[in-house]
Amino acid sequence: MSLLDVQDLSVVFHSKGREDVRAVDGVTFEVRSGEIVGLVGESGCGKSVTSLALMGLLPPRGVKTGGKAIFDNGVDLLRTDQRTMRDLRGREIAMIFQDPLSSLNPVVPIGDQVTEVLTRHRGMKGEAAKKEAELLLDRVGIPDPRRRLKEYPHQLSGGMRQRALIAMAVACRPRLLIADEPTTALDVTIQAQILELLKELVHQDGTAMVMITHDLGVVAGLCDWINVLYAGRVVETAGRHALFAKPTHPYTHGLLSSIPRLDSVRGERLNPIPGSVRDLLPWLEGCAFAPRCDRVTEACVEGPPELTGGAHAFRCVNPVLEESGQDEAALYSREVSGAIE
Amino acid sequence: MTGKLVEIDDLKVHFPITKGIIFDKVIGHVKAVDGVSLSIGQGQTYGLVGESGCGKSTLGRALLQLTKPTAGSVKLGGVDLTTLPPEKLRAQRKRMQMIFQDPMSSLDPRQNIESILSEGLLAHGIGGNRDGRRALISRTLDAVGLPQWALSRYPHEFSGGQRQRIGIARALVLSPELIVADEPVSALDVSIQAQVINLLDELQNELGLTYLVIAHDLAVVRHISDTVGVMYLGALVEEASSNDLYRRPLHPYTKALMSAVPVPDPLVEERRERILLKGDLPSPANPPSGCRFRTRCPWAKERCAQERPELREVDGHKVACHYAEELSGLLAAV
Amino acid sequence: MTALARKKIAKLERLAELAAVHSKEQGESLWREALKRVRRNPSAIVGASILGVFILIAVLGPFLVPYDPGQIGVGIPFGLEVKEGQAIYPGPNSEFWLGLDHQGRDMFSRMIVGARQTLLVGVVATAIGLTLGCLIGGIAGAAYGLGGKRGRTIDNVLMRFIDMLLAMPSLLLAISLVALLRPSLMTVMIAVGFISVPIFARLLRGAMIAQSNAEYVVAATSLGVHKRKIALSHILPNSIAPVLVQATLTLATAIIEAAGLSFLGLGNPDSSQAEWGTMLADGLFNSRFDYAPHLALFPAIGIIITALGFTLLGEAMREALDPKLRK
Repeated sequence: MSLLDVQDLSVVFHSKGREDVRAVDGVTFEVRSGEIVGLVGESGCGKSVTSLALMGLLPPRGVKTGGKAIFDNGVDLLRTDQRTMRDLRGREIAMIFQDPLSSLNPVVPIGDQVTEVLTRHRGMKGEAAKKEAELLLDRVGIPDPRRRLKEYPHQLSGGMRQRALIAMAVACRPRLLIADEPTTALDVTIQAQILELLKELVHQDGTAMVMITHDLGVVAGLCDWINVLYAGRVVETAGRHALFAKPTHPYTHGLLSSIPRLDSVRGERLNPIPGSVRDLLPWLEGCAFAPRCDRVTEACVEGPPELTGGAHAFRCVNPVLEESGQDEAALYSREVSGAIE
Repeated sequence: MTGKLVEIDDLKVHFPITKGIIFDKVIGHVKAVDGVSLSIGQGQTYGLVGESGCGKSTLGRALLQLTKPTAGSVKLGGVDLTTLPPEKLRAQRKRMQMIFQDPMSSLDPRQNIESILSEGLLAHGIGGNRDGRRALISRTLDAVGLPQWALSRYPHEFSGGQRQRIGIARALVLSPELIVADEPVSALDVSIQAQVINLLDELQNELGLTYLVIAHDLAVVRHISDTVGVMYLGALVEEASSNDLYRRPLHPYTKALMSAVPVPDPLVEERRERILLKGDLPSPANPPSGCRFRTRCPWAKERCAQERPELREVDGHKVACHYAEELSGLLAAV
Repeated sequence: MTALARKKIAKLERLAELAAVHSKEQGESLWREALKRVRRNPSAIVGASILGVFILIAVLGPFLVPYDPGQIGVGIPFGLEVKEGQAIYPGPNSEFWLGLDHQGRDMFSRMIVGARQTLLVGVVATAIGLTLGCLIGGIAGAAYGLGGKRGRTIDNVLMRFIDMLLAMPSLLLAISLVALLRPSLMTVMIAVGFISVPIFARLLRGAMIAQSNAEYVVAATSLGVHKRKIALSHILPNSIAPVLVQATLTLATAIIEAAGLSFLGLGNPDSSQAEWGTMLADGLFNSRFDYAPHLALFPAIGIIITALGFTLLGEAMREALDPKLRK
């Protein structure tokens, strides 16, 4: 049974005197308890807008959302009133943002910010709340939590701030965590720590998580199910093993073969995807990836392709089906395992 | 064997920390770069990796004399840049150029592309008249894959990848010998990064450029570098040829850094063992005694706190670790 | 090839075009984009219309007036009352639209002619402040940003001077200046201009120092561009926007301050020259406010509306030029 069921989500931004911008267009996915679902894509693919729409954090004016996002077989997150949403946020659904410094209040000590969440959603007060806050900081791996509780956000390092933010997010044992690029602003060694922490929290609490990132590497190590987004639509969706073993949409395939690898030979040419993503989303006229795709045919502009292919679905009329992807991936993993394991 | 284009010897960049209302009193120093020596051969690429705050960007800027070094020397083709008077240094600048991380903020938003590209030419009197400059500029535009109509446009009208091409063209138009690229792709989208990396590679092959590539992304550095240096807290901890370093890291920090890089392959991700480093980077204003990495090193011993390890030759690598030999077996086993 | 296929290929090309950079022929500079944004802003339109009317009146005014604004006693044939030793002329009527002042001069003509004086004082005073302030602030900012240790000393000296000016209450400074130089139209303009010097200097210096840390300045340095050229062609153009906005807003305050000086009797001593500030003072002190409030009201309304026009335009410019609000 799914905890969150997103059906045909669309977000359209209106602004006066300009054409409407369809930031998200027909995104469908589901999240089960204890599962980590990844939304991967480049800037402008609509991944962050999706998360904001689910949290009810989009500005109320000039935005039109469509579709459904059923949480726990009851509430439609897109259609509930503000009060229910406020109650859900923090207690049932929590969010972790990319930039921990701007998501924390700079003039309030970390401890007060954590206890505020506990007071608001769990009715804890005074000493009890303080004790619980200490336990929470300890749980996310902040050393010497008693002292840290009194400190202000600027006194913590980037990694510690992100931990504090995670502590606030998991304070009420939410059933769904939405993490929007939680490690992008951090160094690799700190990123590894944070990813390990998130994995552990999900594993221990049975929390479901939606992981939003641009980094295919992060997704490969963390997510159970992966949705690849391009220009506001899911172009490929699959379990992680299937996706990396056999990337089928030309975009996914192209991305994977354009990334520099730890084991590649010096001077070897990468296979970049030509062109760049534009703000305009010409899905209405055909496949939005068509102008950058090397497999483009006339069929690509007849209309937007549907998501087809069962469990490992993709939105392409001319998918990459030959075995080369698999071979490359297998070869890659063999070589890399020799080099860096 | 080609000659060395860049020779950096015991370079130090210390920033004073001052305090005081009327008169500034120096109360300490941030040792951003603290005794780095390295050399780059003609036509080679030297990759510098490290986490934020390790001093890699400062090193790049000190090499170009954009930040005044506190001590040490920087030689470009035998000319010591640190002792040159300002006007002579300015004349040397056409030999060495820089590519910046953020192509938006490194381009003046009020200049159009032609004006951006002709600025360096004007400053050094290259290209003669307007037509001569035009010819040079249009050739450079072709080289970096930008259309000619870009000339009358302004930076904000381009996408990130194209802006980075403009930044590369600006450096290239002076036909420099050395290009310092500070995080040349980290601000770009994944699908654009490969385009820019390929471009840098092609330009090197065609023009025989020498690069110093500074990046936090090991895969990128590994891909384009001949030699890689790993920096930690203002000093080099390991230097080796690109292939050697990735196959057989000798310093525990290099190993940890490499194991932390996420790999886009679930099979590898499941099997590999991570060396999770404890805690954060210590403050460069107050670095730990002895080996700077010891506070986070899983194998730190007593000696590490007392003696600062020198960069020494081990197995064809240069490593700054007392226990490199012993650990090499251990690290391989992990 | 079938027609259908050709149509599809055309469509494909269109898609590629959409994905390519731009369809416009000429690049658009930030200034031009800002101008476009100003034109879309309703408060800018209101402000600009007010100012347009004001400037038109100021320029054409003297040719439009029905009576000589300096001629005393035009209104005497139309009735004159004396109350407690003061002459009270009739209020607004069909002959004298805005009534007559305490010396029997036509208010309507005086208002129109006064517009020119008021505009002159505002513009010249602001220009004086802008020039001096930008000179001091520009030198200080460039010296601090690019000049190293010696530059900081230069900046320090200049800024302490500006701090001294700032420390004095501005109106007091203006009054002392006028008192020192004897009241005249020129003195008023110098005094009002002088008190806005610190604002412009501080603003430009701050913006220039912020810009001198920008990456493109490092880029220009690494290209080998001369420092003076970096300061003039990179840092200055990128720092000037807030100063221009402030100049527009200062026009409003300059008009009010000049009126204030006239009100205090430190304005142009030649009372045949109509000026709104002096007229306001006359309306309050030299005639009976209780019997003829309109004599003070009309100049006051004139000053307020003009100041409002400049402020509206200034705010719209601020919005259009603010990089944070862009896009």
